[in-house]
Amino acid sequence: MTETPSLQPVIQARGLCHAYGRGTMRRQVLQSIGFSVASGEIVLLTGPSGCGKTTLLTLIGALRSVQQGELEVLGVPLQSADRERRRRVRRRIGMIFQGHNLLRCLTAEQNVQMGADLLPTLAYGERRAVARQWLRAVGLGDHLRQFPHDLSGGQKQRVAIARALAARPRLLLADEPTAALDGRTGREVVELLRRLARDQGCGVLMVTHDPRILDVADRLVTMEDGRLMPGALRQTGR
Amino acid sequence: MPWARRRIPLAWLLLVRQPVRLAIALAGIGFAGILMFMQLGFRDGLFDASVTIHRLFDADLVLVSPRTMSSISMAAFPEGRLVQSLADPDVAAMTPVQWEFVLWRNPENRRTRSILALGFDPEDPLLSDPSVQRQAPLLRLPGRVLFDERSRPEFGPVADWFRAGRSVQTEVSGQRLRVAGLVQLGPSFGADGNMLVSRETFRTIAPPGSRGGIQLGLLRLRRGADPLTVQRRLDGQLPSDVKVYTKDQFIEFEKNYWRTSTAIGFIFTLGAAMGFVVGCVIVHQILYGDVSDHLPEYATLMAMGYGLADLLGVVAREGLFLAILGYLPAYGVAQGLYALIRNSTRLPVLMDPQRAGLVFALILSMCLFSALLAMRRLTDADPADIF
Repeated sequence: MTETPSLQPVIQARGLCHAYGRGTMRRQVLQSIGFSVASGEIVLLTGPSGCGKTTLLTLIGALRSVQQGELEVLGVPLQSADRERRRRVRRRIGMIFQGHNLLRCLTAEQNVQMGADLLPTLAYGERRAVARQWLRAVGLGDHLRQFPHDLSGGQKQRVAIARALAARPRLLLADEPTAALDGRTGREVVELLRRLARDQGCGVLMVTHDPRILDVADRLVTMEDGRLMPGALRQTGR
Repeated sequence: MPWARRRIPLAWLLLVRQPVRLAIALAGIGFAGILMFMQLGFRDGLFDASVTIHRLFDADLVLVSPRTMSSISMAAFPEGRLVQSLADPDVAAMTPVQWEFVLWRNPENRRTRSILALGFDPEDPLLSDPSVQRQAPLLRLPGRVLFDERSRPEFGPVADWFRAGRSVQTEVSGQRLRVAGLVQLGPSFGADGNMLVSRETFRTIAPPGSRGGIQLGLLRLRRGADPLTVQRRLDGQLPSDVKVYTKDQFIEFEKNYWRTSTAIGFIFTLGAAMGFVVGCVIVHQILYGDVSDHLPEYATLMAMGYGLADLLGVVAREGLFLAILGYLPAYGVAQGLYALIRNSTRLPVLMDPQRAGLVFALILSMCLFSALLAMRRLTDADPADIF
């Protein structure tokens, strides 16, 4: 597969709809969502809880199958994509979760290497070097051998960022990465995320409630009741 | 897979970074393994013990009565049949043997106990055991007996007394006998002890009904003769009141009696099967709990792009590591317990490679089977749930 040119969108959604349940229990969570994210762009997605942000994120992350509408991620149409194709797309997407979801039995370095291990062409030693390099990049060069429970919340989130980036993703999805962090640490983590993503030329879609970090975005998208708000695609002035 | 392509050994790290869980798993697997080693060891030991003497006979072919079912019910046949078989050009020599259980009186506490007595002509070879061959001439004197010092202790401290230089005399079937020497044979299933006497002495102690005929005929063949060919020829020529076996067939015949006509095989195999089931339950509990505890982490790995096959591989490798780690201590402990059993029961319970391999295969299938069941839990790992 050829490298996506920087102007081509990494995410493109058209008329995307999603519902949970069946019959009378059916609940529409997404209603004809249409938007796109370009490579190298940082987009923040906000909105009240329960408005469908997370569902949208799982659809873009190829974790759920698309029910209705069109969704193309990294040039792969995800409507009617089977499990295996979705898995292959996921390999090229970095994900950062609200709860860091690190593997408890692995050291920081090994956790990051779980990301690097997905790179098929590198030898073990090189993947290990990649893992160390990313931990240094997130400022944890001194914590290589520590286990998650010995790290602070901010440090864990930084390990998670390093893990996500170690697989050389073309797209980074983050779900409230600052939710468990205090203001200053959250700010640092997001700044770091922005800098590293920009260096990699990797698109970022971040769901957040945190008003203090809105200014890192190139664009802000607001959702309400499963719809994107009209005029929501506003520039933040960056 | 080339070394450079290896990944983080997740299965190994999952095990060793949870030492308590690992210890419980290994204790469980080890216990199951030891149980299987013991049950199968006893079973094979008992079968082997039933042919302790059979193996020692200095014979290529063996003649028995067709009414003989096992070593504990040897029927008599006419001695003439043995002489007849000497006519075969391939038969070099023969030894007629009398075989009866008689009552031995413990010289210390005067209690009687059933002992296996073998009567043979001291000039004829009986057992391919050098100490028997050396001491056989002592039996030329009437009323002399060679006592098996590996007989069970209930027969009295015969060996100790004899070694101390005392003259050991006791009563067998009402006749006074004197121990002329010690041999090492070993108790079997049917016989708690053994003694060797001359045919003349045997005649005085055998029950009146069995004084005619012999119970066993040993034949030695000329060098280069094929026992199987001669066995077939003799079995065809001799009348139907006698049966011809090769030595191996005779051993197998005896083992087969204990295998099929008694509950021993069933009991011990059942015991081993229970060890297997207990092991399965323990390993399954451990692996199932392990997968459940790490479900969010597995889901995270799937979200990162690891496939279900990768994760199934992790659980399968956990099972494999548990099998190997649990087997080694079980093997070591079983060796020790076998030595203990040999000392206390004098049964020939030995670690043979076949059983060692069998128990490993059982432990391996136990762990992989449990891993397979635990994997069903893995399908609950939905990466969409973790956001």
